[in-house]
Amino acid sequence: MAQGWLQIAVFAAVVVALIKPVGIYMARVFSDQRVFLSPVVGPIERLTYRVLRVRPDDGQDWKAYARSLIVFSLLFWVALYLILRTQGIHPFNPEGFSSGPWDLSFNTTSSFITNTNWQYYGGETTLSYFSQMAGLAVQNFVSAAVGIAVLAALIRGIAARSGRVIGNFWQDLIRILLYILVPISVLAALVLASQGVIQNLGGAAVVHTLSGATQTLSQGPVASQEAIKLLGTNGGGFFNVNSSFPFENPTGFSNFVEMLLILLIPTSLTYTYGRMVGSQRQGWAIFSAMAVLFIAGVAVVYAAEQHGTPAQHLAGLHTHAFDGSTGGNLEGKEQRFGIADSSLFTAVTTATSTGAVNSAFESLTGLGGAVPFANLGFSEVIFGGVGSGLYSMLLYAILAVFIGGLMVGRTPEYLGKKIGAREIKLVSLGVLVTPLMALLSSGLASATRAGTRSLYAGFNPQGFSETLYAYLSQANNNGSAWAGYTGFIQPNAPGNVGAYGISFADLLGGVVLIGSRFLPIVFVLALAGALVGKKVSPAGLGTMRTDNPTFVFLLVGIVILVGALTFFPALLLGPIVQSLTTRLF
Amino acid sequence: MRKDLITGLLAVIVMTLALGVVYPLVVTGIAQVAFPGKADGSLVKVDGQTVGSRLIGQEFNGKAYFHSRPSATEYSGNATFFGNVGPNSVEGREEVRENLASYLAREKPFDRSLSKDRVPVDAVTQSASGVDPHISEANARIQAHRIAAVRGLPLAQVEDLVVANTDGRFLGLFGEPGVNVLELNLALDKEAPQR
Repeated sequence: MAQGWLQIAVFAAVVVALIKPVGIYMARVFSDQRVFLSPVVGPIERLTYRVLRVRPDDGQDWKAYARSLIVFSLLFWVALYLILRTQGIHPFNPEGFSSGPWDLSFNTTSSFITNTNWQYYGGETTLSYFSQMAGLAVQNFVSAAVGIAVLAALIRGIAARSGRVIGNFWQDLIRILLYILVPISVLAALVLASQGVIQNLGGAAVVHTLSGATQTLSQGPVASQEAIKLLGTNGGGFFNVNSSFPFENPTGFSNFVEMLLILLIPTSLTYTYGRMVGSQRQGWAIFSAMAVLFIAGVAVVYAAEQHGTPAQHLAGLHTHAFDGSTGGNLEGKEQRFGIADSSLFTAVTTATSTGAVNSAFESLTGLGGAVPFANLGFSEVIFGGVGSGLYSMLLYAILAVFIGGLMVGRTPEYLGKKIGAREIKLVSLGVLVTPLMALLSSGLASATRAGTRSLYAGFNPQGFSETLYAYLSQANNNGSAWAGYTGFIQPNAPGNVGAYGISFADLLGGVVLIGSRFLPIVFVLALAGALVGKKVSPAGLGTMRTDNPTFVFLLVGIVILVGALTFFPALLLGPIVQSLTTRLF
Repeated sequence: MRKDLITGLLAVIVMTLALGVVYPLVVTGIAQVAFPGKADGSLVKVDGQTVGSRLIGQEFNGKAYFHSRPSATEYSGNATFFGNVGPNSVEGREEVRENLASYLAREKPFDRSLSKDRVPVDAVTQSASGVDPHISEANARIQAHRIAAVRGLPLAQVEDLVVANTDGRFLGLFGEPGVNVLELNLALDKEAPQR
C-alpha cells in the first residue's frame, strides 16, 4: 500500500501548491480587478455586457441578486427542458435518437440546472451530441458559475463594512465564466484529448474484433464536456459509466488531471475567502477543517477497499496484494486505476459535490461505501461544490461560533460581526433544508410501492443503501449513485424506442434537486444581506478566535455532530450493517 | 423583473451558442488537428481493417489469445452500465466462485503450480467500465504459460511481449501498470501467427 499512499500524498501536495495562486486569481476576478487574461478577455467581457444589456456598476442588494439568479435559472430550466423534449429535430445526432420520456427529462433538467448531474439516463444510449453539448454541458458551465457567484456575494456580505450591496449577479456570472471556467476548460479539454479522450462529431465506429465479433464504439465531443464536468464539480458523464470509461478517462495521467480539476476551485476558494475578508488565517482555518475530514475519508475508503469483500472471501478468492497484482476489491474498478486511485477518486468526488465516478459505488465494500455516505451526510462541506461547498461550510462556521458563544456565555461574533437572531435563523434553515429533503424523500421512497420499483438489489440493506444514497445524492446536488437504483427503463437499448421513466423516482428526485439547491441559495443570499450592513466591532480579549486550531476542532466537531445526529439511524440500516457483517443476503 | 427577464433571455441564447456550440466545436477543431488518431478513439487497423481501439477492451476466445477481465456488459462499447454487484451479495460470491473455477480450469493445465491464492483479483472480478483494456501483470504472466504452449513459443519470448505491451504508471507514480490485452494479442499474431 506504500505506493498507493505515496500517490495520494503527492496528489494532495499538488492540490495544496495550487491553492494560493488560483485563490489570488479568483479574488481578483470577484473584486473586478485586472488579471493577466484581461487584455484578451476584457473586450469580450465588455461586449457581453453590451449584448446582454448588463450595467455592471449597478450594485444589487440581496433581494435583487436573488431575483436575477432565480429568473436566470428558471429561464434556463425551460430552455434545457425544451432542448431535451425536441431532441429529434436537432443537428449533431448521428444515431438518430428521439426524445426520452418526459418525466426523465424533468429529472435530468432539474439535475443539470442544480449542478448535480444525477443521471437516470445513459448518455450514449439516449442523448444526441447536440443535447450533450448545447444542453447539458452549457449547464455544467452555468450552474457552476451560479454557485461561485453566490459564494462571492456571501463573502462580500461578510467582508463589507457598510451599505446593502452584495454585488451584481450578471457581472459575477459573466466574469466567472469568462475568466475562470472557460479558459481552464479549454486547456483541460486539450490535455485530456492528448491522453485519448475522444473529441469528434462522427457516428459510432464499428470494429471487427480479433475473435470475430463486432463491437460498436460510441463517439462524440467528450473532452470538451469532460473538462467542465470536473472543473465545475458537475459530474455528469458523457457515457453511462462516467469516468471509468476509457474514452472519458484513459490513463493514470488523465485520472490525475480529472481529480485535480475537481479540487482546484473548491480548495482555492478558501484562499480567496481569506484574502477578501482580509485575514488569510481565516481561510486556512476553514481549509484545515475541510482537509481533516477529507483525509479521514480517503484513509478509510482506501483501507477498506484494499481489504476485499465478504462475498469475494467466501468464494475463496485471496485479496492480498502481490507482485503484479493490486489485490483488494477490484470488482467494479479498472485495472489502470487500481485500488488507490479508485479510492482517492471516490473520496474526491463525494467530498466535493461532483459525483463523477471512476469505479462502481454499488460494488464498494460496506465500510468503503460508508465514506461517500458520510461525505454526503456532512452536506457537502468538505471542499464541496464550486462555491456551494464553501458557502455551506461558512454556515457551519457561523453555527460553530454561535454554539461556542453559548458555551462560554458571550455574544457570538464572526469576523467582528454580531450574529443575531435573524442570522442564526437563516443559518439553521440553510443547514437543515438539505438533510430534511434527503430524509423525507428517501423515507417516502422506501415506504411506498412506487418508490421500491426503482430498487435493483431488492429488500435488503443493499437495497436500502441504493434508495438512501439516491436521495442523499440528489439532495446534496452530488450526482453519484449506487447505480442499481433506476428511474428509467430502456428495454431496447440504445435509443429511446419503447423506453419509459419510473415517474415517482423521476419527479420526486426533480423536486428534491431543485428544493435543496435553491432554498439554501436564497437563505445564503439573505444571510449575506443581513451581514452586509453590520458594523464591525474590533476584536478584544474576549472575542472567540476563528482562525486557530481550537476553532478548526470545534468546526469539525459541529459538522460531524450535525451529520451524525441527522443520518446515523438511517446509515445503520444500510452501509453500517454491511460493514459489520460477513453474511451474505 | 422585466429587466431580469430580458437580460436572462438574452443570456440563455448567447450562452447556449457560445458555451454549447462554439466552445465544443473549437475544441473539436483543435483536437482533430493536434491529436488526430486519439480524438477519434485511438482505433487500431490491421491490413486496412479496423480491429478495435487500443483504449477499449474486447472479449477474446480460444486458447491462443490472452483473455480480458470479466465484463458485466459483454464488452459493449455503445451501451455501458455497471455490474452493481454488492459486497455482501450472494450473486457476488457466485460470480467470483464461477470466474475462479473457470480461470483455474483454463490456466492450470499449462501452469501446474497455479493455485487459488495466486489468482490475481482482476482475473475474476468485473471491471467498472465493462471494457477494461488491461489485465494485471500477474494475470498476464500466468496466461503466458498457456500462450507459449499453444503457440509453440518459448515462455521467455511471450513474457517479453507481455512486458513490451505493459502500460506503466504515469511518471512511475500514478495509476497502476496494466497489460494492454488487444495490443498484446496483436503483437502475438504478428510474431507467431496462428496456424
